[in-house]
Amino acid sequence: MKKELVSPTTFNVMVSKLSDVLVKALDAPLGYAINWGRIWSLWPVHLETACCSVEFGAASGPRYDVERFGIIEAFGSLRQCDLIVVQGTVTRKMAPRLRMVYDQMPEPKYVIAMGACAITGGLYIDSYNVLPGVDGIVPVDVYVPGCPPRPETLIQGCMLLQEKIKRSKIK
Amino acid sequence: MTSLEDKFEESKKLGLQIAKESEDDRLMTLSVGPQHPGSGHFRFIIKVDGDYIVYCDPDPGYVHRGEEKMCEYRNVIQNIPHLERPVIHDSNNITYSYSLAVEELVGIEVPRRAQYIRALASELNRQVYTLYWLAIYGIFLGHSTMFMWPTGDRELLIDLLEVLTGARVTHAYNIPGGVRNDMPDGFKERCLRQVRYLQKRFKEYEDIFYNMPLFRQRTEGVAVLSKEDAIKLGVTGSVVRASGIPYDIRKAEPYDIYNEIDFKVQYMKTGDCFARSYVPFLDMKESCHIIEQLLDKMPQSGEVRAKLQPNPKGPPGEAYRRVESGRGALGYYVVSDGTPKPYRVKISVGSFRNMLALPYLLVGQKMGDMPATYWSLNYWPVEADR
Amino acid sequence: MSANKDEPKKPDTSLLPTPAAKPPATATKATTGTQPAKKEQEAPPFEKGLVEEIKKKFGESIKVVFIKPLRTKIMVEPKDIVAIATFLRDNMGFDHAESVAGTDYPKDGQIEVIYHLGSYTREDLAAHVLALTTRTNRDDALLPTLINVYKSVEYHERETFEMLGVYFEGHPRNDRFLLPEDWADIPPLRKDFRIKGR
Repeated sequence: MKKELVSPTTFNVMVSKLSDVLVKALDAPLGYAINWGRIWSLWPVHLETACCSVEFGAASGPRYDVERFGIIEAFGSLRQCDLIVVQGTVTRKMAPRLRMVYDQMPEPKYVIAMGACAITGGLYIDSYNVLPGVDGIVPVDVYVPGCPPRPETLIQGCMLLQEKIKRSKIK
Repeated sequence: MTSLEDKFEESKKLGLQIAKESEDDRLMTLSVGPQHPGSGHFRFIIKVDGDYIVYCDPDPGYVHRGEEKMCEYRNVIQNIPHLERPVIHDSNNITYSYSLAVEELVGIEVPRRAQYIRALASELNRQVYTLYWLAIYGIFLGHSTMFMWPTGDRELLIDLLEVLTGARVTHAYNIPGGVRNDMPDGFKERCLRQVRYLQKRFKEYEDIFYNMPLFRQRTEGVAVLSKEDAIKLGVTGSVVRASGIPYDIRKAEPYDIYNEIDFKVQYMKTGDCFARSYVPFLDMKESCHIIEQLLDKMPQSGEVRAKLQPNPKGPPGEAYRRVESGRGALGYYVVSDGTPKPYRVKISVGSFRNMLALPYLLVGQKMGDMPATYWSLNYWPVEADR
Repeated sequence: MSANKDEPKKPDTSLLPTPAAKPPATATKATTGTQPAKKEQEAPPFEKGLVEEIKKKFGESIKVVFIKPLRTKIMVEPKDIVAIATFLRDNMGFDHAESVAGTDYPKDGQIEVIYHLGSYTREDLAAHVLALTTRTNRDDALLPTLINVYKSVEYHERETFEMLGVYFEGHPRNDRFLLPEDWADIPPLRKDFRIKGR
């Protein structure tokens, strides 16, 4: 009986069962801890695609102060960042750069599409050089509507993203 | 003996060759932007030799949205919302000259009160723009306080404009024939209160930023643009005024009611980064006086917009009108063929003209002076790309 | 799509004369009120003097399109433009170009390029903008560059080359500027370039 348990054929199965049990036991508390860490230190990339960057700047200013919600002001290397806020219109020239920036970021990474232009193309839907939304380039987590969105709306979008991260499973 | 000498000569030749090769290799090409803490929506390719910049090539167009083409498919009123998007924090100025050009084409006379309100909104917006520009200049030079202070004070003016126009930054307030709405009650008092507060704050800005030795060291004598070069390059706005040319469209070609306002054109003669960063600030101070005068002289009641036909159009013709925006002369060249839609709209913006000075100023500079030089040109990439 | 393109235009033109003709009360009154006034001041003395000064030098090769207060537009042949621009810079005081705009006229088969020239050095010219205009064929759009006369046209001419396909002979860089690197369509500001949905 004992011999069969530790036989090489059943060993793998046993280990996987054991790890399942372990993950079940640890996933909830550990995931909670990891997600908690991710929520309160979201680093956005400093990539401005269009005019919404003005409102993003206002959001990091003293009145709206997005930093109190854990979104740290956008100054740093993209290799340390885990959030990309697409600030407005993405033109055909910017699109490959946006994707390149997204690819360079380490996992896990999140995307907020800010403004009507980033969502659908907005006012510039019929322009010859503008993409109709960024969905085709990067996977978007949260859409923040407005043209441009007020800083309050941006903050709400960030909080929605935090809510999403809180509920998501860690990989 | 001879062989040794030959070898020496050979090695000398070889050495020279190596030196030559390494001279080419020594140059490093850097691409600054579009993902860069300093560049914004803009890229410029520079070549550096050690710490010195030897070559610079701007590469704009990351926000080129085809405004001019879009104008040809919309009528003159429909064009306003998208025309202000290039500079949403200076939107009253970028629609101002468009309205002037369309008024000239269609033949609309603007009521007097509307002219005053327009000028007032444009002056307030100039301050909003310049405060934002100043905030970014502060953070460029690593001065976080100078980012926080103007950003905070800017919100007060944005509130003021929100009361006036109904929107935070994208006002669409100037239209051909006047302004969209009248001033709300009590606006004058509130406006004066904010202006007083700003004037007090400007003294503190000077203490913490402009008189700070650190800032002076980084900007004084850096990237000097001489008067002759400024004329030759055709730069505009604060850049040309910093080089000793007192040229301001408000004074040179007074539009609307600016000929009734008493103000001085602010300029400096040194032409370095400090002058270029100080002239907009002086402009802001002067703008406070203009706002006071405008509020004083404004007719207390009256029409604020001329009545237009549903689809305004004029005889075939063309108009070129300019205003002084936060970044310099902002001209619209509008061609009409007699239909409600403009045949051609060309936006001649200050940023695009000032960009030409960038390679001339950067070449020969040290790498560390690059941010101070770049942002002192009063350059807003979105506007330059249109 | 092409049928759609034309159709909305027709109702536009049919609709428009009616409001223009119907309410002569306010808007059209303003139009008729200002238009004759402009025609009366059609030849402001200072502007006329400027044009006459240029005409004295170059004579018949200059066609005056209009003289309005503070705005003058002259049309020249492409072969004369460099000489005239040099004269304007050296003798008249127009020392920089504010903008270079191109307009496509498919009906005439031509492209018009307009240099808006201003002056920093002469105080009496500060408010003036002189539009120096030339026209070239649409199919083989080729013009001499003014970069050796006005340094300030460098980026504007590059933009005009890109947006309208006018090749500026002698310009160091007739290449991509604002459009994406992989742009493979006709220049967007030409009239036969259509934006989507229109």
